Amino acid sequence: MTTTNSDSLLPAQGIEAPRSGRIDPKYLRNKSSNGSFEMAAWVFMRVSGLALVVLIFVHLWVNLMVGDGIHQIDFGFVAGKWANPVWQFWDLTMLWLAMLHGTNGMRTIINDYAEKDSSRLWLKSILYVSSTVIIILGTMVIFTFEPCLVNNETGELFDSVPAFCHDL
Amino acid sequence: MSTPTQEVAEPASKIDLAEAGGSGGEIPSFDITLKVRRYDPERAEDAWWDEWTLTMYGTDRVLDALHKVKWEIDGSLTFRRSCAHGICGSDAMRINGRNRLACKALLKDLDTSKTITVEAIKGLPIEKDLIVDMEPFFQSYREIMPFLVNNSPEPTAERHQSPEDRERFDDTTKCILCAACTSSCPVFWTDGQYFGPAAIVNAHRFIFDSRDDAGDMRLEVLNDREGVWRCRTTFNCSDACPRGIEVTKAIQEVKTAILTRSL
Repeated sequence: MTTTNSDSLLPAQGIEAPRSGRIDPKYLRNKSSNGSFEMAAWVFMRVSGLALVVLIFVHLWVNLMVGDGIHQIDFGFVAGKWANPVWQFWDLTMLWLAMLHGTNGMRTIINDYAEKDSSRLWLKSILYVSSTVIIILGTMVIFTFEPCLVNNETGELFDSVPAFCHDL
Repeated sequence: MSTPTQEVAEPASKIDLAEAGGSGGEIPSFDITLKVRRYDPERAEDAWWDEWTLTMYGTDRVLDALHKVKWEIDGSLTFRRSCAHGICGSDAMRINGRNRLACKALLKDLDTSKTITVEAIKGLPIEKDLIVDMEPFFQSYREIMPFLVNNSPEPTAERHQSPEDRERFDDTTKCILCAACTSSCPVFWTDGQYFGPAAIVNAHRFIFDSRDDAGDMRLEVLNDREGVWRCRTTFNCSDACPRGIEVTKAIQEVKTAILTRSL
């Protein structure tokens, strides 16, 4: 609160005398301590960071180094991986941790660098909406992925399906 | 005392000084360009820069250059200083972009071939020239309860403490509240509500004091949204501290203490 004490005003241009007890409101903390959210966020960043190092490097190794390496990657390769519940779970964990880790990092940067409350609110809203969309979309893709689509009318496979579907 | 004693005047120096002469003890002098960011709401709305060329000596500090300007050239130049020997913590300022005490920064340690810039510390409201309003800074300091809280009955003698227990918080007892650390923190620049390194350092001094009983309360205060978790470990504060306190390390220790307490 800015308290204006008329006795503490200097004659020139209404400048307050030093130590008249006023503090600019932008320095005053609003007394709404939101539990331990910031601590949880801080711990999450460290734990998810460590987990992501393992998840991402195993992901890269399996995709790029094992077997035919980089030449094996095509639609069929991805479809084959997602037919396995282990890789479904692996990619799901990677998606969620990477998205939440990144979102929390961006939230921190916005908190640090946005100077106006309104721009902070806008930037954070865009951030939260976009990460929610990506997380939901990604999760749906991992679980509803169907490589061998069948034409309901003819009962036959579509032309666009990968070759291995014809062997099933 | 019957024997008469002859009073001999004490010599000016008890050490035999060599005859002054030659260039052996001469202090080198050099020219510097001092650029100071001025602000005076009674004279102009915006801040402006003033530049002076001064002949200074190798033993001079930035504070001596400011004194030379204030006493010999422009008396309106305004800055705080009290002891002028690095203890009172009044003259923290941004010298060549880094927070230093003007009374501890020797001119010869700076690049004297270039202009030396001096500004007020950042993040606190400027009142005039190099003087900022320290009230928000001290408000945060007060909130962490910088005093001993002990619930046990008062002893008749002093409260004992082992040298090891004393050593635990020795580093953070050195703080002189000059605000060099808090005003060097990029988080504090945009978020004035952040407690800031100085408040956390002074909380650390009591949290890790074996004689103090209010550690939990201080940890709770600093577990705030604007508390220790705002720290990004950029080490600006450790670099700025004129007392050589490992500020970032102290903040990190408080974080760990909050974490282990809640587990």
